[in-house]
Amino acid sequence: MEEFYKLSIKEKLKGLKESAFSSLELTESYLQRIKKVDKKINSFITVLEDKAIESARESDKRYKEGSALPLDGIPIAHKDIFCTEGILTTCGSKMLSNFVSPYSSTVVKNFSANGSVILGKTNMDEFAMGSSNETSYFGAVNNPWKRNYVPGGSSGGSAACVSAGLASGATATDTGGSIRQPAALCGLTGIKPTYGRVSRYGMIAFASSLDQGGVLTKSAEDAAYMLKAMSGHDPRDSTSLNVDVPDFVDEINEDIKGLRIGLPKQFFSMNLPNYVEKSIDESIKIFEKLGAQVEDVDLPHIDLSLPIYYVIAPAECSANLSRYDGVKFGYRCEDPNNLDDLYMRTREEGFGAEVKRRILIGTYALSAGYYDAYYLKAQKCRRLVADDFSKAFKSVDFILSPTAPDTSFSLGDKTSDPVEMYKQDIFTIPANLAGLPGISFPCGEHQGLPLGVQLVADNLNESKLLRMAHYFQLNTDWHEAWPEIE
Amino acid sequence: MSNWEAVIGLEVHVQLATKSKIFSGASTLFGSPPNTQACNIDLGMPGVLPVLNKEVLKMAIKFGLAINASINSPTQFARKNYFYPDLPKGYQISQLDSPIVEGGFLQIEIGGEKPKKIGITRAHLEEDAGKSLHEEFENHSGIDLNRAGTPLLEIVSEPELNTSEEAVSYLKKIHSIIRHLEISDGNMAEGSMRCDANVSVRKKGSDELGTRTETKNVNSFRFVEKAINHEIKRQIKILESGEKITQETRLYDSQLDETRSMRSKEFANDYRYFPEPDLLPVVLDKKFIESVKSEMPELSEEKKNRLITEYKLSDYDADVLSVDPNLSKYFEEVVTNSSNPKLAANWVMGDLSAFLNKDNLSILDTRVDATNLGTLLARIEDSTISGKIAKEVFEEMWLSEKGPDQIIEEKGLKQVTDSTEIEKVIDQVFEENPTQLQQYKSGKEKLFGFFVGQVMKVSRGKANPEQVNKLLKKRLEE
Repeated sequence: MEEFYKLSIKEKLKGLKESAFSSLELTESYLQRIKKVDKKINSFITVLEDKAIESARESDKRYKEGSALPLDGIPIAHKDIFCTEGILTTCGSKMLSNFVSPYSSTVVKNFSANGSVILGKTNMDEFAMGSSNETSYFGAVNNPWKRNYVPGGSSGGSAACVSAGLASGATATDTGGSIRQPAALCGLTGIKPTYGRVSRYGMIAFASSLDQGGVLTKSAEDAAYMLKAMSGHDPRDSTSLNVDVPDFVDEINEDIKGLRIGLPKQFFSMNLPNYVEKSIDESIKIFEKLGAQVEDVDLPHIDLSLPIYYVIAPAECSANLSRYDGVKFGYRCEDPNNLDDLYMRTREEGFGAEVKRRILIGTYALSAGYYDAYYLKAQKCRRLVADDFSKAFKSVDFILSPTAPDTSFSLGDKTSDPVEMYKQDIFTIPANLAGLPGISFPCGEHQGLPLGVQLVADNLNESKLLRMAHYFQLNTDWHEAWPEIE
Repeated sequence: MSNWEAVIGLEVHVQLATKSKIFSGASTLFGSPPNTQACNIDLGMPGVLPVLNKEVLKMAIKFGLAINASINSPTQFARKNYFYPDLPKGYQISQLDSPIVEGGFLQIEIGGEKPKKIGITRAHLEEDAGKSLHEEFENHSGIDLNRAGTPLLEIVSEPELNTSEEAVSYLKKIHSIIRHLEISDGNMAEGSMRCDANVSVRKKGSDELGTRTETKNVNSFRFVEKAINHEIKRQIKILESGEKITQETRLYDSQLDETRSMRSKEFANDYRYFPEPDLLPVVLDKKFIESVKSEMPELSEEKKNRLITEYKLSDYDADVLSVDPNLSKYFEEVVTNSSNPKLAANWVMGDLSAFLNKDNLSILDTRVDATNLGTLLARIEDSTISGKIAKEVFEEMWLSEKGPDQIIEEKGLKQVTDSTEIEKVIDQVFEENPTQLQQYKSGKEKLFGFFVGQVMKVSRGKANPEQVNKLLKKRLEE
């Protein structure tokens, strides 16, 4: 079939089960499409053709034997931040451009245990630091909806590849919006679960207290399938939550009547483009029509989120990235004169500008004499933001806002102004600070570029978020649109 | 010299005797080939995460309870950031605020003076680094990460020690505690217990602290003493010449018996500590602490008191035996097989210790086990052999690892208690030494000892000494 890629995961599973097609056919069609399309968008760093075909054959065997796994034969892609044993794992950096991981992350293992076929590893901002995928050592990624426009970041490769129909879905990570913002910019559904829902073991750390794995898919229903496979307690991750994982797929059809949506005053008093406001207003109306109640909520400390984030995330990253020193693995400068020279040149040459900027900010924020004023204060303010949400969730089930302040922007547009780039995540960062689950899904377009709406829920309410997005998608068709890329 | 006073604080690093590392499942066994006991976590591979080994909590709590300290709950880990090739992650997971153990003390005693209380500020958990090997490779340094991630308990004293003697006494006390608690083997040669000494001097009577230096990694009791003495002398010399002490880290060179500068304060690291986000604060509830307490073995202080009351040992004997838990355990086993605790203490501290020292063995590797030594002592008590013969038997037991009864039997060492037999020997001795007999009879009574000796010699030590005395006296007075 020519247009395998347009099938939902549910439809693919049905087809595979009924032998309407094989996983090999499905996988080969994706591999062909990657060959044809990816040179235009650069969404993959590594394509695993042979391995994908091999696991597709194994899936087909299991279907024949009647021992198929929950996601058996479904071709997906992994963000190149997830370690994959025996496979190049770069994290978008020159520093790890030669790093073949000796082990697999829990997320990768979970998908393999569910029978997924891995098509390859996707492009990303270097060490997940960026909102446009332009900090990748492996080159920028094009937004499939418009050439020379960014896909968002840091999970830009995962977003672009799913949006262009090069994978059924892709794993991604979100530290300050790196799943939800690219979802919005590429017209996808992206969910960042509760902190601790998805294991961080083998997910290369950027900011440990904020990083959380999740998925990018065409629809909420696809996301439910993916999230179900990847979630769960992991004894290898001490911050992993030891709670049962609901059946996201089953629960997606439950009613949303009576659920309450809160609109934070602070977000709606910003000067947003009118097409963004319009798409949000229309989304609210759709939810109201579906039986949800809408009211205003107050998140008084939410405007502190960006400065808090840009102290805590760099502080954690400054330590997390210390291991890249040229001693044990990864890039090493040539002919170092001595130990200091090895350290300095390896890190000078191996890291890109944005990564270095954040390491410096973080090092500064943790330095003697500055710790209390920056890091400690940021941690205290982080608590205030989390408390704002707790209070709000006493009266509402969700906080609704735009996902990003605007549609995608053109390549190079914001690279010279880091603060402008950081503002991309103004609506998404608060959920990371509070550890809350958030979802973005398509709700409109402007000049051919998608717009997204975000819902944030209280801890462990991913099921509710998926349900809201699913009902929205049953009543809209933004998520069904495909970019014209061939 | 006399108007100066030293102020010493010690930081003791103790490797905890867990089977696996503090944050990974790799083995902690000492002495394996380089880098064979370092897993992905120990290597600091991208994406790995630490998981706390629960055993280290128990061990640290035991130590805290033993030094009368409070146990912090929650206790929090922190990252200590610095670059070094044997530190794979570029940070060490350690503790800063809320260390597991805080505010304890122990008592030291020096030569009969009244005990001195030494405060222990804190004891915190951390991971050990690997080892850099600078000698093995030309123009290169090797790195062995087997040790990386080995659990350490860092015990920080208050600056309340004033002499090297006190410092060593404090260290020995720590050493005894960790061994009694079985939380570390305390082997200083293998680095299981390491010591950094903070030393400053000030005018006697002053209550201000002088500028201190930190002397790193001194790895024996003797070196601690020498390094501190050297450092005190050096600092006094500098101060007396009117100069100032530089705050710095120094290294003790045991070959030259001197300390030398490693890095001064300006080059000191800013460790940029911050709470470890990969590990949640650890809550230690009362129930858990109580259960750890119930598992705790007897400590040396308690043991000493028990040895005194239960076995009527002298203070000195009880002190010596209670320092090493294995030695006291051996002693108590000896006593169950004999019935004279004082005799057992003398043998364990005397002959046995001498043989162990001679062969450089620990009590655990003794060639005469406690049962056999107990039997030997029982043979002295039931007069089968004399104390002197027992020494001969013991030596044979040590060499042959045979039991005492077998040796006594084979060598015919059984004591002669038959008076006619002894009389025969006396006759022989009198016959062979007529001159001495004459002299004795004419008043030289000092020769009595000579005759005892001769009788014992002729009987090859087997004659019962008491009987020999009695019979000789009788015969000589005839």
